[in-house]
Amino acid sequence: MEFLAFLLRRLGWSLLVLLGLSVVIFTIARVVPGDPARMALGPTASADQVASLQESLGLNDPMFQQYATFLHGLARGDLGRSLLTEQSVTADIAKTFPATLELVICTILLAFALGVPLGVAAARWKDRWPDNLVRALAIGSAVMPTFFLALLLQILAGYVLNVLPTTGRLPGGIDFDAGWTGLVLVDSLIAGRGDVFLEAVRHLFLPTIALAAATMGQIARITRASMIDVSRQDYIEAARAFGVPDRLRMFKYMLRPAFVPPLTITGLEFASLIGNAFVVELIFSWPGMASYGIRAIVQKDLNAIMGVVMVSGVFFVVVNLMIDLLVGVVDPRVRIRGSRA
Amino acid sequence: MTALLSVRNLDVSFTTYGRRTQVLRDVSIDVPEGAQIALVGESGSGKTVLMKTVMGILPQPPAKVEGGAILFDDRDLLTMPERDRLRLRGTAMSMVFQDPMSSLNPVFTIYDQLGTILKHADRRLGRQRGRRERWARVLEVLEQVRMREPERVARSFPMQLSGGMRQRILIAMALLSEPRLLIADEPGTALDVTTQAQILNLLRDLVTRQNLALLMITHNLGVVRETSTYTYVMNQGRIVEQAPTAEIFAAPREAYTRELIAAVPRLTGRAT
Ligand SMILES: Nc1ncnc2c1ncn2[C@@H]1O[C@H](COP(=O)(O)OP(=O)(O)OP(=O)(O)O)[C@@H](O)[C@H]1O
Ligand SMILES: [Mg+2]
Repeated sequence: MEFLAFLLRRLGWSLLVLLGLSVVIFTIARVVPGDPARMALGPTASADQVASLQESLGLNDPMFQQYATFLHGLARGDLGRSLLTEQSVTADIAKTFPATLELVICTILLAFALGVPLGVAAARWKDRWPDNLVRALAIGSAVMPTFFLALLLQILAGYVLNVLPTTGRLPGGIDFDAGWTGLVLVDSLIAGRGDVFLEAVRHLFLPTIALAAATMGQIARITRASMIDVSRQDYIEAARAFGVPDRLRMFKYMLRPAFVPPLTITGLEFASLIGNAFVVELIFSWPGMASYGIRAIVQKDLNAIMGVVMVSGVFFVVVNLMIDLLVGVVDPRVRIRGSRA
Repeated sequence: MTALLSVRNLDVSFTTYGRRTQVLRDVSIDVPEGAQIALVGESGSGKTVLMKTVMGILPQPPAKVEGGAILFDDRDLLTMPERDRLRLRGTAMSMVFQDPMSSLNPVFTIYDQLGTILKHADRRLGRQRGRRERWARVLEVLEQVRMREPERVARSFPMQLSGGMRQRILIAMALLSEPRLLIADEPGTALDVTTQAQILNLLRDLVTRQNLALLMITHNLGVVRETSTYTYVMNQGRIVEQAPTAEIFAAPREAYTRELIAAVPRLTGRAT
């Protein structure tokens, strides 16, 4: 019951955030310099042609009306037409987004699966070698730019060792239409294509590591600090005084309350993760939203820009909503009272 | 007569940043079976360190037991195998934690925490107790500490309960495995005066009814008068005076004790 209220509250907030985002995107797209109609038609088009395209795009309508039209389309999942591809933006994005989604999901899973145990180990052996190693790793991954790590991995694993593929989602020889979810890992399993699944994993390997490193370092660092903080709490000493075994104290009594900060930080980091995903996609020729988005920006393809940013924004909000709910599951204080204090 | 708990000539030091400080010097204390003993001393005199040493939860390092013995049932806790010591901890001897706000894990229900402690105490003692019996035992101790609606309380998270209720849960926690010795480190000092008085009453009743030995640690002599028959006075890590409680109040020998007594009206309020 209280969980339902908590859920509804968070959902309401997310909707508000998205509405705000739509305003921001709309405004930014209007104030950046350059005339989209002129850019679409090219320098040779006549002033008349430009004026009539402006008219048909509704660029001469009052701002408020333009926004209303934008919002109306948004509500129906209609992001307008791309001036470049002359396709519906929604369809364009639907083609490229699943690849980005797959990369980002794998990244978060990997960052968590490695970051949390590393942080726990560092806290457990504080100031001993595991701690020093983890701290060095965390700092290293934080200061190393993602594009640099991506190139390094590509050169090392791809060309020097020549063990892993360095571009694309699947080898050219494999013809697999990811029809159901658009996620190759999932679809290949549904289709029972073990070979495709293995290839997909091999292709995901390098981009995922490149993208996950920074987030993993952050998660490890925060988990460590959080575990050390919790280990000093009276309730941990009490558990010890009552003979609760070491391992149980570590993985239940400490990890559970210590788990919220790494979750929260992941939500916050998610924005830069999306940005880095674009870089990684370019380097590994990953067929995600990146190249579409970048071309849209360079060409001032208004609808496409707004579409890409809006989808990234929704992605961000949905991930943070899920994280909020997870935090609520992990920490009853948040669920019942709305805060940890 | 040998006591249930007998601390003999205990020396404990702390080393921080290379500097060694003697925190307990030649401390000797006896707690006979079923007796109610008080240990008083001002803040920083070493009371908590003594209790932690007895319970075996002193952080070592920085702490170090330099010498002495702690006999429980005539066996030295300091030299017995760790396994045997673990078997006693939280079972035959257990402690009531001081701060009801910070001594319960905020993310687990009361039953989860008490049940886990009980399960592992049972395991150490080689006892069998099923899920349902465990639940029944937790409700039983919650009733012993006069908790109304024990089932609801057992399913609650700490933050859903008042400070007084949480302090009673800390007492219930100590009672789970039928201890013979209870060490209480200033229970209830974080609570308001009325609630604190209720907690002390409850403790006194429980101790007499279940014939437990109680070592009450406090810097409040008002508490001492109400909860003990024999008193040790501690100052800067030493026992400076010891006598039956009535005598201490009637004719304190040490100037330090007289000062503590003089401070009683102030201290019976909300202690710091
Ligand atoms: N972890 C520690 N590191 C260094 N010194 C410590 C540590 N814990 C306690 N001490 C020292 O031991 C001395 C005794 O502290 P203790 O906590 O036992 O006092 P106390 O009598 O319980 O006081 P209070 O009434 O305030 O609880 C203090 O002077 C303190 O400086
Ligand atoms: Mg103390």
